[in-house]
Amino acid sequence: MSNMPSTLFDKVWDPHVVRKIEDGPDVFFIDRHFIHEVTSPVAFLGLESRNIKVMFADRTFATADHNTPTINQHLPVEDPLSANQLKALELNSAKYNISHWGLNNPKNGIVHVVGPENGITLPGMTIVCGDSHTSTHGAFGAIAFGIGTSEVEMVLSSQCIMQPKPKKMRITINGKLGRGVVAKDVPLFILSQISASGATGYFIEFAGEVFENMSMEGRMTVCNLSIEMGARGGMVAPDETTFAYLKGREKAPKGDAWDKALAYWKTLKSDADAKFDMELSFHANDIEPQITYGTNPGLGTGITKNIPLSTAVKDGGASYKKSLEYMGFAENEKLIGKKVDYVFLGSCTNGRIEDFRAFASIVKGRKKADNITAWLVPGSHIVESQIKEEGILDILNEAGFSLRQPGCSACLAMNDDKIPAGKYAVSTSNRNFEGRQGPGARTLLASPLVAAAAAVTGIVTDPRDLM
Amino acid sequence: MAYDKFTILRSSAVPLPIENVDTDQIIPARFLKATKREGFGDNLFRDWRYNNDNTPKKDFILNNPIYSGKILVGGKNFGSGSSREHAAWAIYDYGFRAVVSSFFADIFKGNALNIGILPVTVSPEFLEKIFKAIEADPKTEIEISLPDQTITIVATGAKESFVINGYKKHNMINGFDDIDYLQAMKDEIKSFPAKSIY
Repeated sequence: MSNMPSTLFDKVWDPHVVRKIEDGPDVFFIDRHFIHEVTSPVAFLGLESRNIKVMFADRTFATADHNTPTINQHLPVEDPLSANQLKALELNSAKYNISHWGLNNPKNGIVHVVGPENGITLPGMTIVCGDSHTSTHGAFGAIAFGIGTSEVEMVLSSQCIMQPKPKKMRITINGKLGRGVVAKDVPLFILSQISASGATGYFIEFAGEVFENMSMEGRMTVCNLSIEMGARGGMVAPDETTFAYLKGREKAPKGDAWDKALAYWKTLKSDADAKFDMELSFHANDIEPQITYGTNPGLGTGITKNIPLSTAVKDGGASYKKSLEYMGFAENEKLIGKKVDYVFLGSCTNGRIEDFRAFASIVKGRKKADNITAWLVPGSHIVESQIKEEGILDILNEAGFSLRQPGCSACLAMNDDKIPAGKYAVSTSNRNFEGRQGPGARTLLASPLVAAAAAVTGIVTDPRDLM
Repeated sequence: MAYDKFTILRSSAVPLPIENVDTDQIIPARFLKATKREGFGDNLFRDWRYNNDNTPKKDFILNNPIYSGKILVGGKNFGSGSSREHAAWAIYDYGFRAVVSSFFADIFKGNALNIGILPVTVSPEFLEKIFKAIEADPKTEIEISLPDQTITIVATGAKESFVINGYKKHNMINGFDDIDYLQAMKDEIKSFPAKSIY
């Protein structure tokens, strides 16, 4: 090892390089590989057509999430295409001896929720999955990113992918988040400052007091959205918060192995004089509860602000106008008071227990607005159990809400959970693209607090007014 | 497994001067339910291309017979969003072999290269020139030479170089893929975990 000061990212990346190809990518070793029903079937077909085997079956974990119903999971899946995909995942996993948490398995849930909650995700690991929000796992000080199906086939067959090493960016935010400002608001704020392509080509390290003081669940929300900035992923240096979260998790190391791992994990931080290719910093005081108004996650602003004039936006050209037109919004309109039809709480961004606690803190003692259809979808069965055990379900029920079953649900609307055309949804998910939540659906991304405030008032509302 | 070799592509091009074309637009999630790589081109840009009753939207570029070709030219930040390789499959299956933009999202770019579509990154000024040339003459030809790493508007001779790493360039010219490369170094990889904590 050289004595050059290095970044957290280097400390995890470099030891995983099996071979450096001159004027080409690194052959990059993957510690953990998650698969789901949508992006894996063609990879398995590829293995068969080439007649090659899975190299390390115990490094791959399968769960069904993207295309699963969120009601009546005990019944056969009605859509034959979806049922076929779920069956393919089950059969492929069985054939190659891969752990499979299918529908109705008590461990089942969204891949980026179940990995961490079962201790599969650990600091210093390299983690990939055929899903862009794999960046979520970076919260643990892992290098985690999404891959395509060709790469899923590479990992299955050789546990490696071919990756050029990305450039390094550090985003530092110091200060203390204000009242009503939660983890989700931080990346939405960053996105509003740097745009949806501001970090393309980079891997981000999130540093500073805001992230140090954040829970693991909050850090997962932040890293989850790093892909929306264009970055391949984001990471946070592991610390006592990380270690406390991991201790005792089912697949986390135990006994001597824990001590050994802990000693290693404590080395995983950027050296004081480490060099980044780009450094950005913001202050917590400038962040208020955020909401998006356009059709990419970079088009968001503070909830008390008006929709920016096209002349005030960096990319305020034809695409900006097309975006507002799709949303049925106009420049300079107020966001507060806009009518909302649907509220979606869930997804790998905000489908964890803290998100349900936050939502419940606002709706407690209030009633769901009559014009709102609310879909509350836990990220996993474990989250679902926590919601029940902590009495959150009672609070939700009393306020007129019900709980659905775990899955990706309306985040990408592959199953029946589709927002109808023209309707407005305040959604805790990660993408407000045209048609993302259903053909013609209009998405406003926000935190669980903002979603809850909309759910009880029926309009875009500053959650601080209800706290 | 080999894919089509890519050397020189000369073709008219289809312009899509929209920024941040995300993979949900290229292929919406509800069309990702297949377990085989077949027919994705039919749903390329589905919601821009068809009305709810499946009739074609007249004002969308792919429904305008004046425009055709093997090159798709998109606005900046092309392919952002989901990692779904289905987006690249849909573009390939429709008949495109190269996508030109001033800026590509990382995962899409990697996926395209892995299946034999060449992503060509040009300057914003050159992108504008291409859009103008197509506007002036929808049949205008663009020539992409991978060996020379150049893209040329044939009618005007306007030319620009583009970047691609030597490894990927060699692979595309020969139709080689990464899986074959990795299979060839299997033994080296198998012994690798012994060096790691995990």
